[in-house]
Amino acid sequence: MAKTKRRNVLKLAGTAAVASMGGMAGILATGRMPAFAQQRTVHWLKWVDFVPATDALLKREMMPEAEKALGIKINLETVNGNDLQPRITAGIQSGAGPDLIMSFNSYTHLYANSVVDVSAIAEEVGKREGGIFPYAKAICSNGKVYMGMPWAVIGGMIAYRKSWFDEAGITKFPDTWDSYREAAKKLKAKGRPFGQTLGHTFGDAPGFTYPYMWSWGGKEIDASGKVVINSKETVESVKFMQGLWKDGMDEGGLAWDDTNNNRAFLSQTISATLNGASIYIETLRKPDQYKTEKGTPMNKDILHAPLPKGPAGQFGFHLLQSNMLMKYSKNQDAAKEFLKWIHAEANYRKFFESQKGFATPCTVKWESDKLWDVDPVMAPFKVAARLGQAIGNAGPPDAKAQEVLSKYIVTDMYAKAVQGMPAEEAVKWAEAELKKVYV
Amino acid sequence: MAVTSLPAAEGKRLSPRLRKLEDERWLALALLTPTAVLLGLFIAYPFFEGVMLSLSSTRVGQPGEFVGLKNFHKIWNDSIFRTTVWNTFWYTGVTTVFKLALGLWLAILLNRHFRGKAIIRAFILLPFIIPTVLSTFAWKWMFDPTFSVINWTLFQLGFITTRINWLGDADLAMTSIIIINIWRGVPFFAITLLAGLQTISPELHEAAAIDGARPWQRFWHVTWPLLMPVTLVVVLFSVIQTFADFQLVYVMTGGGPANATHLFATYAYQLGIGTGLLAEGAAISLAMFPFLFIIVVVQLLYIRRVETR
Repeated sequence: MAKTKRRNVLKLAGTAAVASMGGMAGILATGRMPAFAQQRTVHWLKWVDFVPATDALLKREMMPEAEKALGIKINLETVNGNDLQPRITAGIQSGAGPDLIMSFNSYTHLYANSVVDVSAIAEEVGKREGGIFPYAKAICSNGKVYMGMPWAVIGGMIAYRKSWFDEAGITKFPDTWDSYREAAKKLKAKGRPFGQTLGHTFGDAPGFTYPYMWSWGGKEIDASGKVVINSKETVESVKFMQGLWKDGMDEGGLAWDDTNNNRAFLSQTISATLNGASIYIETLRKPDQYKTEKGTPMNKDILHAPLPKGPAGQFGFHLLQSNMLMKYSKNQDAAKEFLKWIHAEANYRKFFESQKGFATPCTVKWESDKLWDVDPVMAPFKVAARLGQAIGNAGPPDAKAQEVLSKYIVTDMYAKAVQGMPAEEAVKWAEAELKKVYV
Repeated sequence: MAVTSLPAAEGKRLSPRLRKLEDERWLALALLTPTAVLLGLFIAYPFFEGVMLSLSSTRVGQPGEFVGLKNFHKIWNDSIFRTTVWNTFWYTGVTTVFKLALGLWLAILLNRHFRGKAIIRAFILLPFIIPTVLSTFAWKWMFDPTFSVINWTLFQLGFITTRINWLGDADLAMTSIIIINIWRGVPFFAITLLAGLQTISPELHEAAAIDGARPWQRFWHVTWPLLMPVTLVVVLFSVIQTFADFQLVYVMTGGGPANATHLFATYAYQLGIGTGLLAEGAAISLAMFPFLFIIVVVQLLYIRRVETR
């Protein structure tokens, strides 16, 4: 038997390497990618939509259409909203990952150095559709470039059970915090509390705590960037929250994420909760599954209302979504083509209609769309993009504001107080944390 | 070694390079190199990078500059970090005590002869075998604020009248994750200690019994001292793993409510990956190192003392 010597093996491997090098050189000489790799691809990472019909539509219908129209292979990936930020960080640091990534709120400012300007597309769409709302502009653009292409606003409104409110003698949804607390107290006494998350989760927690604080007159910073959260208004709001929590809220809320309140509402353990329209849309989708205790369809018993007003006014903070084109992407042109395609009116309309009002577009034109007339229950969401107030109030919604949001400082301030920390101390804690960000 | 001895057996002269390997120092070097390269590449290099990162001002997408110990100074004054340190020690301490006690108890039970021993032993390992994320999700449902099956059972049995807010209350949330960690960790203790028990010669027990030792005395004076080296190694492993735990807390609470369950790893993740403050995240991760280092050194010294006794 011939002995296999290391030298022979090496020689053999060398030959193979040379052969493959020749192949590579050949490819390089022609200046073209081999045929099998020639097709351009765009990898789009977005959240798992709370309206499942939309993801089904995108995957089964719209992406194949885009592929046909553009000759680009589209790779659509969906992840839980709370997992987007880790994926963005991983992508930027490793220099490889999805080409387009959905941004929540001011991620755009946080990752401004790592994205490509999409002004051209944003301005074109804005011009065509009557202008981009200032709320979306402030979040997606730093005044010079657009870090993200505005996609949609997920309006946050309070979904509530009409019949239960009627039974408690409340005919109109409370429009002040005092009457809100009264109503919650009455309903909690009947075993039907309001539900609200104060957990570490992206949507419903800050969607409640920020506008709540603003409505009392509390602010993170003043216009010059000085931290002013430790004010008597904020302390007042925290004290009120402590009482509100005990009187009227489901105490499980401290541990909820963005899906828990949906489940609690649908299983009839809470009577009202701040949410996108996903609860209502789910009951529309499965009328046989979701029934009231009387056996009637639950979707006929749900209404929406904005958060009540406080001494300083009425506010809403709605999740703004945009799509960032990453600087590391090797398919930037293809990704831009795809963005243009999906924002073309006929295509975007399909997305918009599948959402049934869950997502409010960021341009003026859609506000008068006939979709809003179809279902009066969804009508309150129409103005989400127009009336939203961005974080970092009264400063810009920049990277620092986003850092405060990502650290859940404002939400934790209320959570700590609800758990028993004196209001003044909780606010002082938040002030110290904010000062570390706004140095 | 086969490679070196084969040509020699055929009576040929060794090539000079191979002859070098006959010198033990060169052979040792050659044999150690692959391990050293692997360790260097996957442990030393990332560790070094982590140290450098923690001494810089790097943020996501922004290569920073050297800032010395500024990040450590910052986290030292960070109230959430202090909570995290306390949480981690409490979590590790409580779980280790319970895991050791329950694991030892289980191991002694399993060391007896009974029918279906093999099957029971295999089942005992289940919590350890199931991927943590998967089993933690099941626990998440059991502790769910609204749908908790534990609450339902207690309610039906008449023990409680209102829901227990497992994950929403700061102390209960910590208790919940401690329970899950114990559930997950006991099999590891049990099986390893069982292996230790089986090395103890039954004759020693018989001899002790003949001398009139009661079961408790036999355990305390025969089993426990002989089991000590194994126990220490298991505890050492467990402490390291628990101290750096991530998945369980991340899935159950994400560090909430109001940071009541943050551990080193989850807080480092929230700051570094979530918020993009890579340098601060690295500093928090590294802050684990001195604590763990002290624990490991103390335990290893103790093990050596036990072994040389």
